[in-house]
Amino acid sequence: MIKTDILIIGAGPVGLFTVFEAGLLKLRCHLIDALPMPGGQLAEIYPKKPIYDIPGYPSVLAGDLVDNLMKQIEPFQPGFTLGERAQSLEKLDNGHFRLVTNKGTVHEAPVIAIAGGLGCFEPRKPPIANIGDFEDRGVEYIIRDPELYRDKRVVLAGGGDSALDWTIYLADVAREVWLVHRRSQFRGALDSVEKVNELDARGKIKLITEAQVVGLRGNGHLNSVTIKHKKTGEFDQDTDHFVPLFGLSPKLGPIGEWGLNVRKNAIEVDTLDYATNVPGIFAIGDINTYPGKLKLILCGFHEATLMCQSAFKIVNPDKKLSFKYTTVTGIDGFTATV
Amino acid sequence: MSDKDAIQITIIDREDQAHAIEAPLDMNMNLMEVCKAYELPVEGTCGGMALCASCHVYVQSKHELPTMQDEEEDMLDQAFFVEDNSRLCCQLYIKEEMEGLVVKLAPEAG
Repeated sequence: MIKTDILIIGAGPVGLFTVFEAGLLKLRCHLIDALPMPGGQLAEIYPKKPIYDIPGYPSVLAGDLVDNLMKQIEPFQPGFTLGERAQSLEKLDNGHFRLVTNKGTVHEAPVIAIAGGLGCFEPRKPPIANIGDFEDRGVEYIIRDPELYRDKRVVLAGGGDSALDWTIYLADVAREVWLVHRRSQFRGALDSVEKVNELDARGKIKLITEAQVVGLRGNGHLNSVTIKHKKTGEFDQDTDHFVPLFGLSPKLGPIGEWGLNVRKNAIEVDTLDYATNVPGIFAIGDINTYPGKLKLILCGFHEATLMCQSAFKIVNPDKKLSFKYTTVTGIDGFTATV
Repeated sequence: MSDKDAIQITIIDREDQAHAIEAPLDMNMNLMEVCKAYELPVEGTCGGMALCASCHVYVQSKHELPTMQDEEEDMLDQAFFVEDNSRLCCQLYIKEEMEGLVVKLAPEAG
C-alpha cells in the first residue's frame, strides 16, 4: 500500500506544481494518472504547442513546461502511479482516505487533491449502437498485444498515425487486414502513408477510403462489420476483429461518483482553499468550478498553492504554519523516502 | 468599410430548435466562443485548438467559409458523424461575410 500526505489525482501541470508547494510545507505527495506519463493534456494533446501566458516565460512549449515542472519538484521526491485510473474512494475510520485504482493499487492519505483536468483520457468509441456488446469480443480500442491478431482477420479504422502504424505492423501478423478511413487522404507521417499505399498495391492489406464502419454483427463474438462507402454504399465484410483507432478524449469518469458536488462536468469548490463539499478533498485546476473560474494553468498554480495551506492543517492539526519565501529559505528537499 | 459591429447567425441545436444570435465582429471571437457565450450546448473542451471536435457543426447555409486548415481536417478524422458540410466552429472566426450563416450542432459522440 502507498501512504502519503497528499494524494494528487492527475499528473498535469497543476498536479505537478502541487508537489512543489506541498514540499515547501514538508508535505509529501503521490500522483496518480491514467496516462502512462506525467504532463496530462500538455503531454497528451499539445506537447509541441507554445504557451504564452506562463508568467516569466514569453513562450514555452507545453512539453518543456512539463519537463521544467518535473525538475522543479524533484527535491520533493513525489511518488507516481501512472497508467492507472483512480477508481474508488472511501473514508476510513482514522479519517484518512483509501483510494484504489482500476488496476487494484491501494493508496492512503489524509488529503486528496483532485487535479484531474478534463478527466481521464479514454479511447473515442465510434457511435455504433451495439459496439458495447462486442467489447473484448472482437472489438478493441487499443492494441495491447499484437499477437492476439496472429492469423486472424482484422478491420482497423482511423486515419492517424496509430491506424497507419498498426496496419503496417499487422500486415505481417494477421491473416488479412483492412484499413477503413473516412477520407482519401491521411494525416499521418508521409512515409507511413506511402507504406500503407504500397502494401495495398501489393495486396498485403486492403485499403478502403471514403468509408466508415457503421454496423457490427456476431453471435457472442464479432464475425462481420458493415462498411459504408461514400459513393458505392454499404457492404458486409467478415472479420474476427474490429479495432477503431480514433484517439483519446477526456471523461470525468469515476470521480463523478464520489459524492462531490458536480456541475457541468466540473467539481464545485470554495475559493477560500478550493475545498469540495467533502472535508479533506480539494479540487484544483481545470476540473473545478466557482464564480469567475478561468481554465488557465496559471490559475491552477494559484489554487494549488492556497490549497496546500489547508492541507497542512489537516495533516498537522497541532502544528502552526508559518509562511516563508523561497528567496529567504531556499528549497529544502526531502532526503530520505518515507 | 461597413460600420456594422455584429452579424446575425442561426444555430440549430440538437433538438432542432433554432437560436438567432448576434455575433460581434470586433472581439476576434470564433463561433464556438459565441455559442458558449449564449450558453448553447457546445462544449469546446480543448478551448479552441481544433483538438477535441466537441464543437462540431454542420454548415447549412451556402456561405463561402475559410478553407479548412490541416489541424481541423485532422481532428475531423477522429470525430464521428462527419459529413461533407462538417466544420469545427472554433475554427470559424466571426467575419462580416458570415452574415446569415446557419449551422446545426452535430450529435455528441463518445
